[in-house]
Amino acid sequence: MADSPAVVPRLALRGITKRYPGVLANDHVDLDVLPGEIHAVLGENGAGKSTLMKIIYGIVEPDAGAIRWEGEPVQIASPARARKLGIGMVFQHFSLFETLTVADNIRLALEPGQARQLRQRIRDISSRYGLALTPARRVHTMSVGERQRVEIVRCLLQKPRLLIMDEPTSVLTPQATLRLFETLRMLAGGGVSILYISHKLDEIRALCTRATVLRAGRVTGECDPRRETTASLARMMIGGELPHTVHREAPAGAPALRVHRLDVPADDPFGTRLAGISFEVREGEILGIAGVSGNGQKELLAALSGERTLARGDAVTLCGAPVASLDPLARRRLGLAFIPEDRLGRGAVPEMSLADNALLTARGDGNVAHGFIRARSVVAFAKRTIAAFGVKASGPDAVARTLSGGNLQKFIVGREIGQCPKVLIAAQPTWGVDVGAAAQIRQALIDLRERGVAVLVVSEELDELIEICDRLAVIAQGRLSPAKAVRETSAEEIGLLMAGATPRETHAPVVITG
Amino acid sequence: MKLRLEARPAPSRLAVWAAPLIAALATLAVGFVVFSAFGKNPFAAFDAFFIAPIATRYGVAELFLKASPLMLIATGLAIGYRANVWNIGAEGQLTLGALAGGGVALAFGEREWPAAALLPAMFVAGALAGMLWAAIPAWLRTRFNANEILTSLMLVYVATLLLSWLVHGPWRDPEGYNFPQSKLFAANAMLPILWPETRLNAGLLLALAIVALAWLFVRRHIVGFEMRVAGLSPGAAHYAGISWRRNVWLGMLAGGACAGLAGVSEAAGPIGQLLPSMSPGYGFAAIIVAFVGRLHPAAIVLASLLMSLLYLGGESAQVNLALPSAVTGLFEGTLLFFLLAADVLVNYRPRIARAAKRA
Repeated sequence: MADSPAVVPRLALRGITKRYPGVLANDHVDLDVLPGEIHAVLGENGAGKSTLMKIIYGIVEPDAGAIRWEGEPVQIASPARARKLGIGMVFQHFSLFETLTVADNIRLALEPGQARQLRQRIRDISSRYGLALTPARRVHTMSVGERQRVEIVRCLLQKPRLLIMDEPTSVLTPQATLRLFETLRMLAGGGVSILYISHKLDEIRALCTRATVLRAGRVTGECDPRRETTASLARMMIGGELPHTVHREAPAGAPALRVHRLDVPADDPFGTRLAGISFEVREGEILGIAGVSGNGQKELLAALSGERTLARGDAVTLCGAPVASLDPLARRRLGLAFIPEDRLGRGAVPEMSLADNALLTARGDGNVAHGFIRARSVVAFAKRTIAAFGVKASGPDAVARTLSGGNLQKFIVGREIGQCPKVLIAAQPTWGVDVGAAAQIRQALIDLRERGVAVLVVSEELDELIEICDRLAVIAQGRLSPAKAVRETSAEEIGLLMAGATPRETHAPVVITG
Repeated sequence: MKLRLEARPAPSRLAVWAAPLIAALATLAVGFVVFSAFGKNPFAAFDAFFIAPIATRYGVAELFLKASPLMLIATGLAIGYRANVWNIGAEGQLTLGALAGGGVALAFGEREWPAAALLPAMFVAGALAGMLWAAIPAWLRTRFNANEILTSLMLVYVATLLLSWLVHGPWRDPEGYNFPQSKLFAANAMLPILWPETRLNAGLLLALAIVALAWLFVRRHIVGFEMRVAGLSPGAAHYAGISWRRNVWLGMLAGGACAGLAGVSEAAGPIGQLLPSMSPGYGFAAIIVAFVGRLHPAAIVLASLLMSLLYLGGESAQVNLALPSAVTGLFEGTLLFFLLAADVLVNYRPRIARAAKRA
């Protein structure tokens, strides 16, 4: 299958098959990765991309099939073996110890003896590839985007010959994405092969030289993405037409969520201090907050959701009621719903069923009476959510962690919307979700807006914000820019405001596609 | 060939229930080796340990008698354990419960209060005293973030010394030939016997009623649900607005109340007076019972019967085989050890790695 028979593929998979109870995750998958190639693996959530990558990285053992590395048959029994061969992986779900520092996390992944002058080398790599990091910082204080940088730097330190990137750009600014692409091209130019997992079709077209498409565990096509259009790639991936998001103009109503001169001191030495943040979200509008992660989003969201309470109650008002000193449950009773950025371990309890996870926040709708759980009502609520959002799961009894990321996200979005909120706050609502599910989630947010709900979306994906928001503001270093109507601004302007927070990135050209 | 553990896509329900059985079988295997090493015929030893103690009507009654405080305490502890609240001091809470309940019995028993009034008063006093003792670690935890494992454990020794001082001093029976013990409780301060000619008393009914209430709380009440969430995923609990402080308080107080009730049950049941030590380590054994029972109220009842059998078997082995009573402790420890090891199977499946496959 190799383009040129003279070149020995760095990695060749033949007939890889992996069955889980009830699912055929990989069905006779063949894949060749050539030296110095940037090879995309495309597919919806649940198509089997992650399982395939885990097989290559030695986490999961295939039921059948053969792996050749540089032409030699190998068995990759463990990630340590994979690393010894020269395979590095940047995960979509991070594998970092939260209580340790960046440097300690990286040291743990290295062989003894490789760790000399580690801090200096971390600084070298992070500045060379534009991945700003403080080696002494503890991981639990960092946002999702910052954690990803740790993962990338950790991999690069091991000088891999095959680098697996699982949705690496989902939390980067356009500028940082371009810089990462330069890094990846530089690596590929030096002979490193890159397996690039993504659902962002524009990126794949811009970056990758070959693409293998997976659908329901099988290879359904192979192409040169540079010669395809976004639409044709999407068709290959989902086996049909892409759903369109429909966005009608609607006049906004009265302010439902109002934040007035919100100051929050940083609760740890590396956190961001929020200073004088003011904005309002009106009924029937979507306000977007853009920004590079680590600029105060985490702190702002905690103050809005009630995970952090403040002494001055009127800093946040919900439908006219001061709520900044109330806990999350009290705010929910006033009509707030909140979609957090972490699905597992925050938005959902991994070990619990979907029905129990519905009850995590959905306390109305007759689900609880006199303090006692009404199981029938909860199961019905979960069933409605599963049906309304097309969640692929065996039913309300399915354990949350067995769902793919996109399906669990759809369930969480459905659960929050299903409670008929007056104000919905969504953090990174489509992070790591495939195109089909992402379009569905965006459409759900737009539908909610049309029903007169005030929606606040905090995201690092600028394209998404421009697509769905009525007004946009940018958060940088704990301060919020004035909100502007999306019609009156441009991706370039927003991108520069975002980058203003990280001055080293301002000289990069701003290009936004799509 | 190499044995590997592979993560299961979902926790295995079969393994959840098989793990205690595997652990029990492995414990028996260890027992086989230990008895053989002592030069005893292992089959005779097993008979003396596991069969003989419950071969009589009296033995069966003793089995349930000893299981009652174990299931009561384990049920209370499990409520906290599910929320990651680690109360290790049930033995001290039991002691304080016995002390308070016994105090009420000694003070009012001879004033001829009817048992229908005196017994409830004793149990209320015992439960409150157990809660008080558990409230100290709860307060230290929520106020100063002091580890409740250490504080609750240390308070066990304080409670034991407090009781010891009382029965050596102010509460000592003046006609007790200077033995460190209180007067015997009056008849109206004693739990009624359930089964004639045995020691089995109404404490078992109380224990079963508390188990049923606990099941209702854990499985059906929203607060029980919230405590489970907090134990499984502190991040999700924080997101949903579930109060950590309330969970610590509820978890500690539930354990303390149940241990206190068990203390009164022992004082007003098989013992009938206050002694320097009110329990052969029920408060600690209940920790094992809670885990062998998977923190599930119904399974805790079964686990408490198993643990009770280990107690009886230890006594029987001492009498019939001249083995040290430490054998009981050995079995307890081995059982917990194997259970925790077998729990790996819930989330992982063992696989034998084959040689490299080639197409």
